[in-house]
Amino acid sequence: MNKAYPTEELLRISGVNPNKCMKCGKCSATCPAYDEMEYHPHQFVSMVNSGDIEPLMNSESIFKCLSCFACVDRCPRGVEPAKLIEAVRIAVVRKQGNNHLLADDVPNMLDDEIPQQAIVSAFRKYSK
Amino acid sequence: MQRIGVFVCWCGSNIASTVDVERVSEALKNEQGVVFSTNYQYMCSQAGQDLIKSAVKEHRLTGIVVCSCSPRMHEATFRKAARSAGINPYMVEIANIREQCSWVHKDIITGTEKAIILGKAAIAKVNLNAPLIPGESPVTKRALVIGGGIAGIQTALDIAEAGFLVDIVEKKPTIGGKMAQLDKTFPTLDCSACILTPKMVDVAQHEKIRIFSYSEVSSVKGFVGNFDVTIKKKARFVNENICTGCGACVEKCPQKKIPNEFNLGMDNRSAIYIPFAQAVPKVATIDPNACNMLKNGKCGLCARVCTAGAIDYTQKDEYIEEKYGAIVVATGFNPISMEKFDEYAYSQSRDVITSLEFERLTNAAGPTGGKLLRPSDNKHPHTIVFVQCVGSRCSVDSEKGKEYCSKICCMYTAKHAMLVRDKYPDTEVYVFYIDVRTPGKAFDEFYRRAVEEYGVHYIKGMVGKVVPEGEKLKVQASDLIENKQLHIDADLVVLAAAIEPDKSARGLATMLTASMDTNDFFTEAHPKLRPVESPTAGVFLSGTCQGPKDIPETVSQAGAAASKVIALLNKDKLLGNPCVAHSNEEICNGCSQCERVCPYGAISYINKEFKMPDRSIKTRRIAVVNPAICQGCGACTVTCPSGAMDLKGFTSKQIMAEVDAICR
Ligand SMILES: Cc1cc2nc3c(=O)[nH]c(=O)nc-3n(C[C@H](O)[C@H](O)[C@H](O)COP(=O)(O)OP(=O)(O)OC[C@H]3O[C@@H](n4cnc5c(N)ncnc54)[C@H](O)[C@@H]3O)c2cc1C
Ligand code: SF4
Ligand code: SF4
Ligand code: SF4
Ligand code: SF4
Repeated sequence: MNKAYPTEELLRISGVNPNKCMKCGKCSATCPAYDEMEYHPHQFVSMVNSGDIEPLMNSESIFKCLSCFACVDRCPRGVEPAKLIEAVRIAVVRKQGNNHLLADDVPNMLDDEIPQQAIVSAFRKYSK
Repeated sequence: MQRIGVFVCWCGSNIASTVDVERVSEALKNEQGVVFSTNYQYMCSQAGQDLIKSAVKEHRLTGIVVCSCSPRMHEATFRKAARSAGINPYMVEIANIREQCSWVHKDIITGTEKAIILGKAAIAKVNLNAPLIPGESPVTKRALVIGGGIAGIQTALDIAEAGFLVDIVEKKPTIGGKMAQLDKTFPTLDCSACILTPKMVDVAQHEKIRIFSYSEVSSVKGFVGNFDVTIKKKARFVNENICTGCGACVEKCPQKKIPNEFNLGMDNRSAIYIPFAQAVPKVATIDPNACNMLKNGKCGLCARVCTAGAIDYTQKDEYIEEKYGAIVVATGFNPISMEKFDEYAYSQSRDVITSLEFERLTNAAGPTGGKLLRPSDNKHPHTIVFVQCVGSRCSVDSEKGKEYCSKICCMYTAKHAMLVRDKYPDTEVYVFYIDVRTPGKAFDEFYRRAVEEYGVHYIKGMVGKVVPEGEKLKVQASDLIENKQLHIDADLVVLAAAIEPDKSARGLATMLTASMDTNDFFTEAHPKLRPVESPTAGVFLSGTCQGPKDIPETVSQAGAAASKVIALLNKDKLLGNPCVAHSNEEICNGCSQCERVCPYGAISYINKEFKMPDRSIKTRRIAVVNPAICQGCGACTVTCPSGAMDLKGFTSKQIMAEVDAICR
């Protein structure tokens, strides 16, 4: 079980201000991975804002997001949901250990199952 | 040497509970020039004013300081009292010890101290005050209305009915604006043309109204009561006074493939055209970019068929100069371009249309004769998706669209959805909404009828993208209530595009020195209390040029603007504000800095001859302020590098004396 990260920390990492969201749902209307996701982009924005973060961290949804940024492009309020999803992903990866990936380790880890963005996130883990 | 009277008001307990009024009047007694000082419960009451009047007589006062509420509240009251006591009203100063003392301080010691300081500052100023006399200027009894939509039409009719002359300048070949393009109107569903065209005819027939169609304002000079305006009448190559609007030319014109603006390019018109059957004025206009005769001298058919002899290929633009007492801006709105919202595929499919195009598609006089047919293949659409808020309510950092709610689209979308379901029960109609905003008389009932009686599917969510595929439009959308992503195969998609002010409005605002907000809507003199006046005296606002509005609101505002114009034109003379800038010609070196900062265009320059000590004559360029235009903002006085500009009633000396008194 992943224990929740505080909202403030996720907002700091992502630079997202969820209060700008007007709850129109255009991000989720746009999302090509919608059906794969348990929680949808607009829910990430709303749930992080209300501190309901644990379910997000424990959901596969963070690895189903394609990081395509369609939601970022279409959001009429400039909220950038994908950046928030990325922040939750980083939070999960960080919890898993103190080391981040070295480029040399990657080829050994590759198989068909591993989601690309897990690798990308793991690289970014502590780079600030 | 002034003889000043000081009057400290309690404002009931408003001031007296946090300011020791007794101490204030005592403390101010010994200030320079003060010969009398007192306090009273309500200075603004009749008894309070009488107190001032009798003190003026008894103590032979030449100046008055009232320590009371904000000058915005009662300066006019006390100036009037001074005048009736025989003192020049501009010898009165107000020290605001309510808003600036008692209301902002809790502690009586601080409040009292500050009240005394503010009183001292006002006294220091009155010591330097001089009587001021406002200038007078005559009023030209004619109004100009710019824009001939329903706003301009209503304003013009109301002004003309009061007996004043009105000119309407409309840039299109006909008046009518957007309302002429609408089919039926919410919330009562009366036919737009049926209620608009009689008004257009009234305008055309009114003996007090002149219409300059196909015309634009090209320059505005002057000031309230005395505007000098140049109107450019564009060449339409048809003599308006002779043309009977028979349409013979339109029929014969061989050049018939020109996109018809009135139907938003959904069908074609000829090079010589009359926008629609009820156009006012109903005269033909030749489009110079399309006419063969004007482009290469070959054709001339229309001139041959016109039995009235109205065609004139040599017609030139004409400039007309006219004087006006008041100007009303009624330049209206347009839907925004859909260019930045291509996820909805507007540029990729002819079956993705805007709501205004939808109006034309359902209008009996439109390109399909009122039958709802898809533009691509003229087939009857079965599944129709409406998307609200397209380009409205976008944050600045999304870098698309407008921040505001366009206000009319929730209602017209409900209207469209309802009308489709009523006329074509075989259709499925979806409306995607973020909120449904229906504040207005009988508005929410109207929207609920669309849902409950007409079975329109209202879905809380947005459309994310539209992809044309074969004959269908694949619509991907969210349903936030059911937490689902929807995929709808639609035949027609209608976008409720945000509205924005006409693009010509900014240039016009500069000409009129009227201010605009960041969205290019004209701003009001006061958002609540003066909603139809611009901050520039003599310039009034009517309709959607001031902000999004539906027709009922537009018409109310149009009438309100007319009533303000009538009140102005009714006056024979206007009293100016004597607190205006003036430049000391001995010091001014004509550097032009002041002209550049003046937001009202009140400053100009003249060459003046000066006698030099050696009796020679030297010509120098100096600034002159037109007191009728100057609003007394003071921007020039602080800009002038040589200290030549000063503001009467607020001279630099007076301001410095106040500052000194505060710092003493
Ligand atoms: C799709 C749609 C449906 C609608 N349905 C309804 C409805 O059912 N009920 C309702 O109440 N409202 C409805 N409205 C709103 C209605 O159209 C407006 O409230 C109304 O048209 C505003 O009138 P106006 O005179 O302010 O502006 P406009 O109609 O835009 O008129 C402005 C006029 O000024 C002219 N002009 C612009 N600039 C200049 C210039 N520089 N010089 C000279 N002339 C100029 C223009 O050519 C135009 O003729 C609808 C709007 C849309 C877009
Ligand atoms: S970035 Fe992720 S959440 Fe956003 S649209 Fe793409 S897949 Fe969906
Ligand atoms: S220009 Fe002549 S032919 Fe054309 S509408 Fe006018 S009168 Fe008729
Ligand atoms: S009026 Fe309705 S559709 Fe139009 S912008 Fe406002 S909320 Fe959106
Ligand atoms: S005081 Fe203001 S309005 Fe008057 S001339 Fe100076 S800048 Fe212009």
